[in-house]
Amino acid sequence: MPFSWLVLIVLAISAVGYVLGRRRALRSAGGDSRKLHSLPIYYGANVAMWAAVPAAAVLVVWLLAQPYVVNGRVLGMLPDSVVAEGSSLGLVMSDVRRVADGLDVAVSRGAMTGAQARSLDAANSSIRDILGEVGVALGSEVSADVLNAAQVYRGLNATGANIMGAVVLLMALGGAGWAISRSNATFRARNTVERGILALLIFAASVAVLTTIGIVFALLFNTIEFFKLYPATDFFFGTRWAPSFSGRGGASDLGVLPLLWGTFYISIIALLVAVPVGLFSAIYLSEYAGPKMRGLAKPLIEILAGIPTIVYGLFALLTVGPLLVSLFGKDTVGWMSGGTAVMTAGLVMGIMLIPFVSSLSDDIINAVPQAMRDGSYGLGATQSETIRQVILPAALPGIVGAILLAASRAIGETMIVVLGAGAAARLSMNPFEAMTTITAKIVSQLTGDADFASPEALVAFALGMTLFVLTLGLNVFALYIVRKYREQYD
Amino acid sequence: MSDASMTPPAAAKSGLLVADARTRKRNAAEKRFRAYGMIAIGIGLLFLLFLFASILRSGMPAFTQTVLDVEFTLTAEQFETAESKMLKTGEYQKIFVAALQGQLKDRGVAVDFDAMAIERLVGKPGGTIRGFFLENPDRVGTPVSFDLAASSRVDGYFNGRVTRDSIVDSRFLMTTDLDLADALEEAGIIRSAFNWNFITGTDSGVDNPGGAGLGASVIGSFFMMLVVLFLSLPIGVAASIYLEEFAPKNRWTDLIEVNISNLAAVPSIVFGILGLAVFIQFAGLPQSAPLVGGLVLTLMTLPTIIISTRASLAAVPPSIRDAALGVGASKMQSVFHHVLPLAMPGILTGTIIGLAQALGETAPLLLIGMVGFVAREYPEGFLAGFTEANSAMPAQIYTWASRADPGFYEKAWGGIIILLLFLITMNAIAVILRRRFERRW
Repeated sequence: MPFSWLVLIVLAISAVGYVLGRRRALRSAGGDSRKLHSLPIYYGANVAMWAAVPAAAVLVVWLLAQPYVVNGRVLGMLPDSVVAEGSSLGLVMSDVRRVADGLDVAVSRGAMTGAQARSLDAANSSIRDILGEVGVALGSEVSADVLNAAQVYRGLNATGANIMGAVVLLMALGGAGWAISRSNATFRARNTVERGILALLIFAASVAVLTTIGIVFALLFNTIEFFKLYPATDFFFGTRWAPSFSGRGGASDLGVLPLLWGTFYISIIALLVAVPVGLFSAIYLSEYAGPKMRGLAKPLIEILAGIPTIVYGLFALLTVGPLLVSLFGKDTVGWMSGGTAVMTAGLVMGIMLIPFVSSLSDDIINAVPQAMRDGSYGLGATQSETIRQVILPAALPGIVGAILLAASRAIGETMIVVLGAGAAARLSMNPFEAMTTITAKIVSQLTGDADFASPEALVAFALGMTLFVLTLGLNVFALYIVRKYREQYD
Repeated sequence: MSDASMTPPAAAKSGLLVADARTRKRNAAEKRFRAYGMIAIGIGLLFLLFLFASILRSGMPAFTQTVLDVEFTLTAEQFETAESKMLKTGEYQKIFVAALQGQLKDRGVAVDFDAMAIERLVGKPGGTIRGFFLENPDRVGTPVSFDLAASSRVDGYFNGRVTRDSIVDSRFLMTTDLDLADALEEAGIIRSAFNWNFITGTDSGVDNPGGAGLGASVIGSFFMMLVVLFLSLPIGVAASIYLEEFAPKNRWTDLIEVNISNLAAVPSIVFGILGLAVFIQFAGLPQSAPLVGGLVLTLMTLPTIIISTRASLAAVPPSIRDAALGVGASKMQSVFHHVLPLAMPGILTGTIIGLAQALGETAPLLLIGMVGFVAREYPEGFLAGFTEANSAMPAQIYTWASRADPGFYEKAWGGIIILLLFLITMNAIAVILRRRFERRW
């Protein structure tokens, strides 16, 4: 594999550079390390850094840019006639790529030689059969234009890879050589290396910003794409969610309101479970419980927070759902017809949020100054009166913040609703009916085999954007409240 | 208590030893309030108990499997005739049924059955038997004992999932087969064995819950965790060092801080969308590959690691830095030679907890194509482990949970037990690390 070889060679160059740089610096000081400006290792590290970092940067940029350049060139040479009725340029391009990759596989498995692969002719040999033999399945027979484009694609990629290898190796050797030539006793190697390290640290810290930018761009571009195909007003104010399945044609109704309603309904039920239980546990643990009880009960409740959501999802689907049906189903009151319902998902999500509410509230209650409690006891109030009339009002903004954070968790939760809430989008008040949420629909729209350019798949990005904005807004608001509250007692 | 001062002192009945009505009321309110707290904690613990009880109760059967233990001798003559027939496996099956009947007669159990009943019980054993003798021709003529896995419905009958009342006669299982199964159990031919295939095997098709195993997806998760560990630990530590030790107070630093705290609260499904749009569509990385899963989980784990690393860096007292600077170290040297080693236990603890979170995360994996994919094979090599399509533990559990055959539910619960065992181990290691190396300054 040439890529891993390239990386290994660059690493080897920088390792050799390390030794050479260190030796050269020491020699220039006559072997006496006290005469050097920096410790000898810094001269070595300087050379290694100059060898590896620029080469790695070029490598990454090249790998990201090459597919674009190659795609653009190949797209430019495809005649318009290759795009058949009902197809698109993108589909033809993915055919081209598949043929090219298939030929590479065939060569690497030894089914044909490199020269044979280059001289293939669509007219007198069946590419589909040849590639089928090595396990690459093609949808249809390959036309001459596609084969031609695939050959150009392979050629450009191979040339690109060769040039990249050469440039990266030159960068590594050049960087190492330049740094070695500067390694002498007066060179301030430590300062250079430390500046380099600091740059790496800053880059690492910026990954968080890059991630956010990535999220926003991924959502934004595809959302705009979606709104080109589907009117935004219908999306935001439509009351029907009925995507047509791919291939069958027909218009889809993609109104977000039923999904928003399902999301909020389930979240409200979850909060109705989690807030009282979590808040009272937090009050008891921080105000009444002795250290022993606290040391035992707090970690036990926090176990609930460490359990993966898939476990809660399965618990909702296979345990809580059937249990609720046996309580409210046909045999008793007949409210519930299936195990997956708003109630099932809400209840289980509530259990998941208990530790979240309780540990946040616990922190906030503990942050209320002891002097306020003492003052209240001094006036003759009982413990519960102190809590209700002094501590809770003082902690209220923080607790509201905690509840908002829990709500944002509930809105963004996926696995529980995918497994426990059902798939039908409806606007209904009955909590024993199946409903669905934004997150569940993102999963179902993107895991099907829908074409990524269709509105049925792109709608998932608009849903994701809605979700992102909702949770971000809630979080920012909650953090603002919590922070504002904290300033009062610090 | 402003209203208390307004009311005149209560009548003569009260005193130090006799509580008046109002005090009794207040004390009762106090008791009630306390009870609410106790009840809330009780409810929380009850949920926990209920959750674990249902996991264990439903998941344990996945680890056992009902097998038919049949001892059986194939003579050379039988071998020859069977191999010369057109339907070779069918011939073996006949020999097998005859052997089983003989064994039952020896043990004094009388029950009538035909080859079809055997097929419903253990699938088609002929292929397995023929395969064994073709591979080991020297065993022809000697007694060989076969452990044949029972079909998932028979398995369910012995686990209590299928009962005599609930089954409907079908080509999969008849009520009469249960009589046969009972008889076989009485004769000691059917017994239950530990299901190694569940731990080491790979996923099976949608119609064969009995043969499904978690092994390949454990490997998938392992490769994903390798990616997460080797990316998020260095990046997270570097970012924390910069923010905690070097960052000047300016706009850019503020922006980074706000970003990190917001990323920690972005729903995991949004990270899945990011992975799909950026890593798969934009950068062209292969779908369903542990590499892509690892990259997405790295981005999700980073805030956790950064937050805990910053806390442990901040816990190292400034005197350590001052001492290093005082003997002539540079700022960078003081951090890398002194502060970082002292903060290492805390950093490792935070990393392990972050990894444990990432291990159980499911939603982003759904979007990058780790479901709807049958992980039938182990990866071919170390590098292929990163790029070849594979499943991961939580994705595999989800796949099983969404299949129609209820036999898979048991597997899903069993998978959860294994997943939780991994998580408990990781968290225990984190706790031990913290207990052993944590320093209070």
